Amino acid sequence: MPQPLFYLFVAVMLGFGAAVVLLRNPVSSALSLVVSFAGLAALYVSLNAYFAGVLQVLVYAGAVMVLFLFIIMLMDIREEQRRRINKVAVVGGAALVVGFVVQLGGVLSGYEAGRKPLDRVPLQLSEAAAERRAAGNVSPGITADLERGTLPDTKLVGEALFTRYHLQLQMVGVLLLVATVGVIVISRREDRVVSGRGE
Amino acid sequence: MDWFLVLSSLIKISGFTFLVILPFVALSSLAERKVSAYIQDRVGPNRVGVPLTIFGAKKDFPLFGLIQPLADGLKFILKEDLTPKHVRKFYFWLAPALTMVPALLTCAVIPFGSYMNIGGREVKMVIADLNVGPLFTFAIASLGVYGIVLAGWASNSKYPFLGGVRSSSQMISYEIALGLSVVPVLMVFQELNLGMIVEEQDKNGWLLLPLWGEGLSWQRWALLLPMGISFVVFTIAMFAETNRMPFDLPECETELVAGYHTEYSSMKFAMFFLGEYAAMIIGSGLIVTLFLGGWSIPFLPTAELAKTTWWMGLLHMGCFLTKVAAFIFFFMWVRWTLPRFRFDQLMRLGWVFFFELALANVFLTALILMIVKR
Repeated sequence: MPQPLFYLFVAVMLGFGAAVVLLRNPVSSALSLVVSFAGLAALYVSLNAYFAGVLQVLVYAGAVMVLFLFIIMLMDIREEQRRRINKVAVVGGAALVVGFVVQLGGVLSGYEAGRKPLDRVPLQLSEAAAERRAAGNVSPGITADLERGTLPDTKLVGEALFTRYHLQLQMVGVLLLVATVGVIVISRREDRVVSGRGE
Repeated sequence: MDWFLVLSSLIKISGFTFLVILPFVALSSLAERKVSAYIQDRVGPNRVGVPLTIFGAKKDFPLFGLIQPLADGLKFILKEDLTPKHVRKFYFWLAPALTMVPALLTCAVIPFGSYMNIGGREVKMVIADLNVGPLFTFAIASLGVYGIVLAGWASNSKYPFLGGVRSSSQMISYEIALGLSVVPVLMVFQELNLGMIVEEQDKNGWLLLPLWGEGLSWQRWALLLPMGISFVVFTIAMFAETNRMPFDLPECETELVAGYHTEYSSMKFAMFFLGEYAAMIIGSGLIVTLFLGGWSIPFLPTAELAKTTWWMGLLHMGCFLTKVAAFIFFFMWVRWTLPRFRFDQLMRLGWVFFFELALANVFLTALILMIVKR
């Protein structure tokens, strides 16, 4: 990605990210977060991570934030706008940001590989393909893509998830199922209490 | 900088969106009236043509009413653009654009043709040849709900708000069925690049019509059942996603006046209208690409020929547009045939039936693939 585009998307991401906190109208905040996610997705794409970029839009901007907006629209916005600024929260938040920046600086200063500009580290696709062939060519689709000179990022993520991390994947799946069942149980119970009161 | 690439991309973008999709939108609004008239045993718009009478001639030149979309557009532009006092102005103005733009953006990854040989170079007839094609379409299409939700909310009145709420719950629910129903298709192709999916179908038979190449093997025929289920679920979910009849609950006039666009007038209303038709066209394009072979001509694998000649590419484009037009006709046929669902029926259908069916279909496909591939 050309540098001006990088700075444009960083500006979009950070600017709208700040707007999320600064704007008083909750709907504006939610929509600013969506635009911020779009900038983040563009940065992922610039790193050749198309899958991560698309998922950022699909899951966060397209599904999670729609639900957020849905809930916000059902609230009374005027009351939200009148609310006073909580000074303790502002100070605490600022302290958290400072702490995070210091930590980030510490990590980055110790990370030597990060000093190389990205365009001087070309993707070695054909070498990776040869390596895969030598190792037994487990997923021929990925090898074929690499030999054609494209980075099969989606397939690589899939391969990692379903071979190396399949146990963790299933654990996360069970966790989500439990959460879903829990939500249903809780909402059902609420229902019974209300109808019980009515009797 | 590779000027050939830049120039050809610009031509593809402007050509496909402005010379294909937008005229298609205009023509499908005319076709909708003609089809509805035909189904209801009426004549439909047949008067608007070249207005010779204003130049002093005795009779107009009717042209079968083909100029009707132009007259409609003129009417929309000339009407008073009313912004009611009680709306939230910024979002009220933003919403129509937010419905129109995602609908047009999704066309970037749909291969509308095979190759064109221009000056000895093969040019792929797709705007962005991404390796995440279907996911990109879903991602951008899922942003389309913002336009409708914001329109409903910003209008600050009851009917539009109910329309917006209905629309967001409907689109979120059917996105699940849509996403799950495409998983078996991707499992069969083992590929996420829409261009390569179509080339594969060109060589070995369409997904739903495996009658040539490797498609004649029993392995492919064994997969027909899950692919058929996928096709049905995908198509119906697409109807719900584009808010078309019988799922047009967000703008159902018997209950909600006009739903989310009740407060809109003139060109802002037209933007919603155009957005809906553009979404329908892109949806048809995606269904054709995934299930019905995209640009490929049935029984004639001609992808290689298109790389060396210029006319084969044009023929492929024509083939793609013909299929899309046929599918748009199907959309209209359904609209004027089926009655509207009730909202709770719609939600139950999405969550209790299509969700489970699509999920079971993934496992069925996996099972068949496991037996077949060994």
